Amino acid sequence: MKAVVVDNIHKSYEGGIRALSGISFDADRGELFGIIGPDGAGKTTLFRIMATLLLANEGTCRIDGLDVVDDYREIRKRVGYMPGRFSLYQDLTVEENLGFFASVFRTTIAENYHLVEDIYKQLEPFKRRRAGKLSGGMKQKLALCCALIHKPSVLFLDEPTTGVDPVSRKEFWEMLNRLQKQGITIIVSTPYMDEAKLCDRIALIKNGQFMSINRPMDIIRQFDLPLYAVKGDDMFRLLHDVREYKGVDHCYVSGEFHHFTVADGGFDSSALLAQLQQKGHSAVRIERVEANIEDCYMRLAKD
Amino acid sequence: MGLKYLLEKEFKQLLRNKFMVGVAVMFPLAVLLIMPWATNLDIKNIQVALVDNDHSPLSRDLIRQIEHSTYFNLQSQTGIYREAFADLERWDADLILEIPAGFEYDLVQFGTTPVQITINTVNSMKGVMGQSYMNELLMQYSRALAETGNRPSSIVSPKVELITQYMYNPTLNYRFTMIPGLIMITLIILGGFLPAVNIVVEKEMGTIEQLNVTPIGKFAFILAKLIPFWIIGLVAVSFGFLFAWLIYGLVPLGHFLTLYFFAALFILTMTGFGLLISNHSATIQQALFVMFFFVIIFIMLSGLLTPIDSMPGWAKGIAAFTPTKYVVNVLQSVYLRGSTIADLWIDMLVLIAMTLFFNIWAVISYRKSQ
Repeated sequence: MKAVVVDNIHKSYEGGIRALSGISFDADRGELFGIIGPDGAGKTTLFRIMATLLLANEGTCRIDGLDVVDDYREIRKRVGYMPGRFSLYQDLTVEENLGFFASVFRTTIAENYHLVEDIYKQLEPFKRRRAGKLSGGMKQKLALCCALIHKPSVLFLDEPTTGVDPVSRKEFWEMLNRLQKQGITIIVSTPYMDEAKLCDRIALIKNGQFMSINRPMDIIRQFDLPLYAVKGDDMFRLLHDVREYKGVDHCYVSGEFHHFTVADGGFDSSALLAQLQQKGHSAVRIERVEANIEDCYMRLAKD
Repeated sequence: MGLKYLLEKEFKQLLRNKFMVGVAVMFPLAVLLIMPWATNLDIKNIQVALVDNDHSPLSRDLIRQIEHSTYFNLQSQTGIYREAFADLERWDADLILEIPAGFEYDLVQFGTTPVQITINTVNSMKGVMGQSYMNELLMQYSRALAETGNRPSSIVSPKVELITQYMYNPTLNYRFTMIPGLIMITLIILGGFLPAVNIVVEKEMGTIEQLNVTPIGKFAFILAKLIPFWIIGLVAVSFGFLFAWLIYGLVPLGHFLTLYFFAALFILTMTGFGLLISNHSATIQQALFVMFFFVIIFIMLSGLLTPIDSMPGWAKGIAAFTPTKYVVNVLQSVYLRGSTIADLWIDMLVLIAMTLFFNIWAVISYRKSQ
């Protein structure tokens, strides 16, 4: 039995805003499934539907074979949900928060300590500190502990690493990989493309629709166009001038470079370089690069 | 079971909030200490402009009476009505007493004479009170005249003499009627406003999202919210009773258990109402405004400030649906008349019905998913 089966979910809010249109996917037990997309793509709406907090207009969603509408009570006992916004009691201490969430699920910290041990060890020095006074990364670790303390079979993490520093983000993902090995299915969303490759499979979401669902490697492999990176002194003007060049298909900002794809094999990078230098650009470098998830996303989003 | 942990959490949060602990003690103290003095309805220092057209020993006698009264200040004394009226128009005087020419002659000759009172009733309360005090004074004056023998029998000779006996509050001390009502206001604020904010805070902080994806039931959730405020309310009301005794020496004529029974019931009514509003509000601001709206109506129509019997029919109709009307009646009756539950069974039934109504609605309207 699949751990999560989402079938053709549609959701519109009052005022005619379409948040989700026809979302379908499934996740196996112990799979780390990533939902990747920018803000406003519909990620949180999807999570709230899966977590039994929101009713879809159309479509079905089953968690562990249980329907989110009919069997919501049973689902609430066996899923862990970590909302995008920090949702623990800021006026309770670290220990009290964890203890409280353990008790509402009729369990104790001791009983499932092995699940949260790795994470909680880092929080232990601060266990008498109020949750509101923790740093961003610590808050997210505590929230993960609280979502885990009742040994859920499925974990929903809505943008757990947003606003967290790079080191904590890395640690966070390492924890997710360890949890996954314990057989917990994890559905995680993130706006960070670099985190996508840490998932078993990912879905790229845009405007409430999945553009592609696959393993990260396969998504990258499907990128079949030559991809170049360009860098210069005046990056803003460069973007404009590269876009003007005949043969350049799609040029966009990618970190400290601009990435661009070209339409066919007839592209000559030295000719582009010459033209850019002629237009007054200095220190221009053009090189062929391998695509990453972000390039795939940009490619799919463009179509 | 689940309730126990929820309650534990609610109490931790409440007690950690030093502000709230202070509120439960300081609030009744402040309300009882300040409000009875500020809301005093006894009217004193009514400015009198006197027009004496007679200048006789009898008229001077009357003027002396006015001068000696604690209610009146003799602001000016002229022989021309127009000048006195100018004083009234300048707000220097509140009341004009005109003694006609031939006042003494008429009194001695015929035993009766008219005097004229002109009152500024922009502040109707002050005007009416001024008039009744002046009537009282004239009445006493004429009675005194009659008793001195060589004078005529009376100025006005009433066939029926009115002897008023003020029941239950013999000194007509306004504070004694106010204090039970002020204890109720304390309960409205603590028992109504705090819960109204409480669930909304969980919404604003986002904690309700996390809580909703747990097996906690609606009933346990609402009950865990209700009980702490109920206890805070009972603590506050105890302080209210204590301060009423310490500061004003006011002890209830009735039984304390009767008071506690109704206080406990009323807190539940208000808490249920507050939680209901909290459920339906998205922000603290919204919850507070809605609560304010109702609380103002509840207080205005409670009968504490103006008697319900003198309200128009429609206002009486609305007042019948305010829990405050019943609880003010109960508190005043128990404090001043020594009423028992047996005397107040109608109020009790209405309050029980309202409590059930608000609380059941609060449980039903709490939705874990949208």
